Amino acid sequence: MSNRRQFIIRSAVLGGAAAVMGAPALLHAQAASIKIGYTVSKTGPNAGGATSQITPVYKMWVREVNDAGGIQVGGRRMPLEVIEYDDRSSSEEAVRAYERLATQDKVDFVLAPWSTGINLAIAPTLNKYNYPHLAVAAITDMAPQLVKRWGNIFFVQGGGSMYGEALMDILDVQRKAGLIGSNIAMVSIADGFGVDLSGGARKAAAKHGFKFVYDKSYPVGTQDMSPLINEAKALNPDVFVAFSYPPDTVALTEQARVSSFNPKVFFVGIGTAFPMFLKRFGANVEGIMGVGGTNADDPRFKEFYKKHVELGGAEPDRFTNINIYSSLQILQQAIERAGTLDRAAVIAEIKKGTFDTANGAMKFTDQQWRDLWFTGQWQNGQYYGVAPAGKPGARKVLLPKPAWKPV
Amino acid sequence: MQLIVELLLFGLTLGGLYAMVAMGLTLQYGVARIMHLAYGEWLIAAAFGAYAAFTYWQVNPLITLALSLPVGFAVNWLVYQVLLSPLVRRTQAGPALEVDSLLATFGLLFVVQGVMVVLFGGSYHSYNFAAEAVNIGGALIARNRLIMFGLTVLAGLSIYLFLSRTRAGAAVRAVATAPGNAPLVGIDVRKVSAITFAVGGALVAAGGVLASMFLTFSASMGVIFTMKALIVIIMGGVGNMLGAVVAGLLLGMAETLVARLVDPGLTLAVNYLLFLSVLLWRPAGLFGRPVR
Amino acid sequence: MKLPQKKSLLLVWGMLAAAALLPVLSSNDYYLGLGINLSQYVLMATAWAVFSGPTRYVSLASVAFYGIGAYAVAVVGDALPLPVVFLIAVAAGSLLALLVGLATLRLSGTYFVIFTFGLAELVRQLFTWYEVNITKTVGRYIFLEVTPRQIYWELLALLALLFALSWWIQRSRLGLALRVIGEDEMVARHIGIDVTRSKLVLFVVSSAFITLTGAIMAPRWTYIDPAISFNAVISFQVVIMALLGGAGSLFGPVAGAIPLSLLFEFLSARFPNHFSILLGAAFMVIVYFVPNGVAAALSAWWRRRGKAAA
Repeated sequence: MSNRRQFIIRSAVLGGAAAVMGAPALLHAQAASIKIGYTVSKTGPNAGGATSQITPVYKMWVREVNDAGGIQVGGRRMPLEVIEYDDRSSSEEAVRAYERLATQDKVDFVLAPWSTGINLAIAPTLNKYNYPHLAVAAITDMAPQLVKRWGNIFFVQGGGSMYGEALMDILDVQRKAGLIGSNIAMVSIADGFGVDLSGGARKAAAKHGFKFVYDKSYPVGTQDMSPLINEAKALNPDVFVAFSYPPDTVALTEQARVSSFNPKVFFVGIGTAFPMFLKRFGANVEGIMGVGGTNADDPRFKEFYKKHVELGGAEPDRFTNINIYSSLQILQQAIERAGTLDRAAVIAEIKKGTFDTANGAMKFTDQQWRDLWFTGQWQNGQYYGVAPAGKPGARKVLLPKPAWKPV
Repeated sequence: MQLIVELLLFGLTLGGLYAMVAMGLTLQYGVARIMHLAYGEWLIAAAFGAYAAFTYWQVNPLITLALSLPVGFAVNWLVYQVLLSPLVRRTQAGPALEVDSLLATFGLLFVVQGVMVVLFGGSYHSYNFAAEAVNIGGALIARNRLIMFGLTVLAGLSIYLFLSRTRAGAAVRAVATAPGNAPLVGIDVRKVSAITFAVGGALVAAGGVLASMFLTFSASMGVIFTMKALIVIIMGGVGNMLGAVVAGLLLGMAETLVARLVDPGLTLAVNYLLFLSVLLWRPAGLFGRPVR
Repeated sequence: MKLPQKKSLLLVWGMLAAAALLPVLSSNDYYLGLGINLSQYVLMATAWAVFSGPTRYVSLASVAFYGIGAYAVAVVGDALPLPVVFLIAVAAGSLLALLVGLATLRLSGTYFVIFTFGLAELVRQLFTWYEVNITKTVGRYIFLEVTPRQIYWELLALLALLFALSWWIQRSRLGLALRVIGEDEMVARHIGIDVTRSKLVLFVVSSAFITLTGAIMAPRWTYIDPAISFNAVISFQVVIMALLGGAGSLFGPVAGAIPLSLLFEFLSARFPNHFSILLGAAFMVIVYFVPNGVAAALSAWWRRRGKAAA
């Protein structure tokens, strides 16, 4: 109740401020900062992903904005004030934390948490308080239906089946060029991510006439990948596809190397674009394909990379981190264009605007950004986007993947 | 033929990992009667130690492994003396100790995990050591897994021999089976418990260093290992070293067989099913004697 | 002994009534969310203690039932009216409890602990496998028009029912049988009490309530998958809260669940970066300085007073 009242007062003040630009002294008397809140899974099963993708990017953005004096809101710069909670990878904790942010801390804007489940769990709350919700680290095929339900949510990384389809599309091109045959071995992790991506791949593969010689899922927490890799190897496929999570991505790659499994296409899931992956496998990453990607030659990426290391304190991955950063740039620009902290106005800006981000120009269609990289490949020690092939900066796929080098 | 070699080799090495992880806990729980929920956190802490030593100072993990034994011993000895012995005194090692130690080590779990998150962050870590492939009868396996397996067998055997062949080992067994009567024959139960608990700590630290050579780990993963270890030791019979090794190998073999011959999606389900059936068949575990 | 029972009963009914009025007086979502969290854990800890208190069996299977309740809502929630959904949830949870109880209640204490943990994990694995291979979608969406306020009241109503039922059990023949079992199982067998059946009844009742809690909570998350619904941390929290409060008495778990939930909340709001460390430390302090649980200390005092009065 008091939240709304204060909010109305504040927006009235700011709206007035925009009109009466000539009274800076009066403006400084008002609350001068923008309150931003979010949760990150510092502990629990999501911590590995959340702390390497959310934490450094948010930290970097806040420092960047505050170093510049703040966000330009209707004629003056308002620095950011940050409230951060740990949702402990639990949907219930996250819901309560965002309720706390909305009603106790009365933050002006929220930033999204990590994982599909947690983003969807908090969506009704954020919808109720009409916070713009840029759910980057959430991949769901339901996005087209969800945006009808919640007018404040924005999806940046598409739906799971799109990744599977995009991969099959580029494999089809390679097959037509005579570089690979039709046999695919596929493994996927047994959760929403793995099921959506493998489902999309299966459908697209049927369309293109690919054949699965091996198609299995494995449970979260599997420690040993040798049975999967060795069985796949025995079937001698041209293409190996794994829709996997970071620990499994490393374990599958490691096992393939140890077992000298050298398919022409070696594709693994989340984690392929992580700096950890490069550190672990060194020169052996060459030719490995994976989920997502980036245009690593783009000066905007290079600038992002540099800032991420300097301000965020760690190397970014080559996919999600830059998308998260871009979502923050969108929020910032939308606030600046709206010239107010009124959330409805900011949401309207996000819906209609085209934004200049580290990803290039970004625009939402039906609250979804569809122009993203779906597939990438390590080439010369850098991870590049290769699909969609028509996207500016897309590299050509290099096949076959070179055989594993001894370590 | 090669399939059989592969199945055996991978089943045994995976089982070796489980056995290695469980050996320390079977001592801590079986002898010292501490249901140590922070057990897996020490494993991860040791893994971080090996990671830091290897990536920052280029220390060979085998050297870290040698160091991890005394460090793990010392840390767990301190944990026992400072945190747990007040509880042991208070409950007079009665049935309440189980509940109290469960609660206290649950707290310890959070503390250790929290410290690791502050020190290393929550993200995934891994490094490359002894990862070259070794050919055994046509099956290819990473050397680090073989090192793990060899050392597990060595550790299991030496502790088994110590327990069954030496006088001190007999004292430990006496504490494990009849803590009430052990003092009658001049055994200092508390001292034996403390030392056994610390030896368990040394084992889990070594297990952590070994596992870090091939697993990708993060600060939040300790509880996975605690649970795996609990299942292994309960299945094998609490306090029974041989039981832990056999149960670990059994679970590893089952997982490998199911993954290769049935469906990798069912590995963990089969693991739990196997565990539950063993308990229904022998409520005190494979090698355990029914107590109480 | 009877007097304080009655007194505390009155106190609890009063507190429940006051709690039910809260959302009418304040429309603050955060306090409502906190209320939901509190009542959820009070409910589960109390339900847990219904079985584990008298039998002294520590069950880590709570989340298996909780998750089944949530899944019942996710699967049939769209098609059927909510009360029917709840009935289906209860039926499913009770059936599982019956099967598990029949199979496991002869296990000794420690083994039962781990068995129930294994069971919860097995259920989670089987659900995952079923979703991956049969339905081909792992996440499920719950779009029911259930407001947080409604969830809160449902939880409180269930809690009232649970208190009434456990109070009635305590005064019934079953309650008498359970007290004998709790004192000495051998004696109980000798005087002709069907020990297994008594334990089984309690286990089913306890599990049914936990299942319903999961069913009531599910609409709050919009999206569930086996990892969210069968999160083993929930089982541990329930056990810890009940043990901290004291599982032996009817209101012991309340005395554990409320302060601990508030402590969790306070620490995660104030010290998000050092939450784990402080929580762990607070936990250990409690174990060392409040041995045997909050309510156990109180009820020991009551019992002494009761004996003196008699």
